[in-house]
Amino acid sequence: MEGDWLHQPPEPVRRSARMRRVPGWLAGLGLMSPSLILVGVFIYGFIGWNVRVSFTSWQGLRPVYDFVWLDNYTALWNDARWRTDARNILVFTTVFVVGALALGFLMALLLEKGARGEAFYRGVFLFPMAISFIATAIVWRWLLDNGSGADTAGLNKLFADLGLGFLRSDWHKSDSSWAIAAVALPAGWALSGYVMALFLAGMRAIPNTFRESARIDGASEWQVLWYVMRPALRPVTFSAVLILIHISLKTFDLIYALDQGNLKIDTPSLYMWFTTFDGGFYDRGATIATVLLIGVALIIGPYIRYWLRTERR
Amino acid sequence: MTVRGTAGIPAPARTAIPRPVHQPAPTPPGAALKSRRTSSWLTALRYVGLWLLVAFFLMPVYVLLVTAFKDPGDVTVTGIFALPSSFSLDNFTDVWPKLSNSFRNSLSLSIPASLLSSLLGCANGFVLAKVRFRYANVVFPLILFGIFVPYQAIVIPLAQTMTDLGLRGGADRTGGLAGLTLIHIIYGLPITTLIFRNYFVGLPDSLMESARLDGAGVLQTFLDVAVPLARPAFAVSIIWQFTASWNDFMFGAMMTTRESWPITVALNNVAGGQSIPFGQAMAGALLASLPTLAIYLLLGRFFLRGVLAGTLRDN
Repeated sequence: MEGDWLHQPPEPVRRSARMRRVPGWLAGLGLMSPSLILVGVFIYGFIGWNVRVSFTSWQGLRPVYDFVWLDNYTALWNDARWRTDARNILVFTTVFVVGALALGFLMALLLEKGARGEAFYRGVFLFPMAISFIATAIVWRWLLDNGSGADTAGLNKLFADLGLGFLRSDWHKSDSSWAIAAVALPAGWALSGYVMALFLAGMRAIPNTFRESARIDGASEWQVLWYVMRPALRPVTFSAVLILIHISLKTFDLIYALDQGNLKIDTPSLYMWFTTFDGGFYDRGATIATVLLIGVALIIGPYIRYWLRTERR
Repeated sequence: MTVRGTAGIPAPARTAIPRPVHQPAPTPPGAALKSRRTSSWLTALRYVGLWLLVAFFLMPVYVLLVTAFKDPGDVTVTGIFALPSSFSLDNFTDVWPKLSNSFRNSLSLSIPASLLSSLLGCANGFVLAKVRFRYANVVFPLILFGIFVPYQAIVIPLAQTMTDLGLRGGADRTGGLAGLTLIHIIYGLPITTLIFRNYFVGLPDSLMESARLDGAGVLQTFLDVAVPLARPAFAVSIIWQFTASWNDFMFGAMMTTRESWPITVALNNVAGGQSIPFGQAMAGALLASLPTLAIYLLLGRFFLRGVLAGTLRDN
């Protein structure tokens, strides 16, 4: 029936004389078609195109579309810089995800019962999300600066002044292969408010009666946390971990503006950028991008499936 | 996909993070004294923790502010935490000429990009939530995945296409700004679609019912009923999309010439080098963050909803 598009599943078009309108589903499709075409071409078409480039030997400005099988992938596997980058991103992801998760959870826990001036605290914890990674990195590169030794600058000076000298570090300029862990500090500053928002929403969704009945049964605050909150927060934690991992794999601007060209904090996303647009190694760039995409898809694919399934219930 | 539309809670009433429920906990009689003492300890501890965290989050802001407002002669790396001995706007007046042009560029790309991306997202969200079509359950996850795609995975074809279309860099009359705006519209579509789709799913079908009974078609219902109803979702979507395109760096660096740099690229160029006086770097970082910070301060609750939508969690 015409006009019944709200409740009917799509039906084959009935050719009656009274049918003046296009059927609802077709009009809907028409309404979406500009976006479907754009997303189809600019996301999925381009992903396919990029994968195609990863099978070529395209170097330099002029595109080359030959076919070299998996040569670029095996070359990447043997590439020393790639191996460093892979290790770096693993270290960074671990430190950043654990750190942001712990900090975000702590903030949510402190706010959960309703602190006086909660909006203020929330506002302070979340505002870095509104600021570009470039601006964040510019401030933090001065905070992580060593100065001219002897704790004359940045955080090291602050630690020395506060009598916390044992916390001093060379941060991302350290010789250690863990130097990239220092980037988790600005990254955590930027994003743990996000984790707080997730956990706070999750905690407030737990019915109060659950906790109260546990307390009446004589449970301590720790037991309430462990036996009531922890299981109830598992889905939120799951979301937060996957989202953070995927953000970490994609981190680009922050490191670029913090200290570009410092191989101690080089990651696949930066390597891709420099090798492609500065070096002209489109073949290698496309290969790195494909590996990065596969990494993100392995994390996010199941997540989207999980979300759609819980939502439908 | 069968029944859509949830419990009938009107979405405008839903807040992203509900307020805490204050309920005096009934304590077992013997434990009353002990529990009161522990709880006051815990409360004090909570506030100490909160203020330590506030200090951590505001420390960079403190450094930024005291440095930016110092007299340029006063700015030293060793005095990074020292209060200014004199108040001066010189850092700002020194750095503004290097940023003003790109500030305008960013405004002229972020505003249309956020409006158009939201309008298209509204149409998509409406169709996905309220009009069933055959492949919706294939299309929706594919659009969702678009939120998470690393831009490295599309940037080579994108650069090629934009070059071929004559929209990239110096070949274009706007120095790549028009193409950059288009890019932000397109790559904003997945998240704006999700924001609107979730919003419309939360609206009861009955709101559209009367239009349907009056014989209105999909397009008319969309324009007359759905768009006006979606004002809160527009706020979330436009704010989120404005922030994203304002803060973007990678596409801007790839697409534009020096005259058409967006603010992030100009800021990185001005303040990224080691030779720059860092009073100017701080003043520049502050100037470049003002629009999104202002939006955050004025419309924070919409911003927060955008944040949570990006995690596929808004309820």
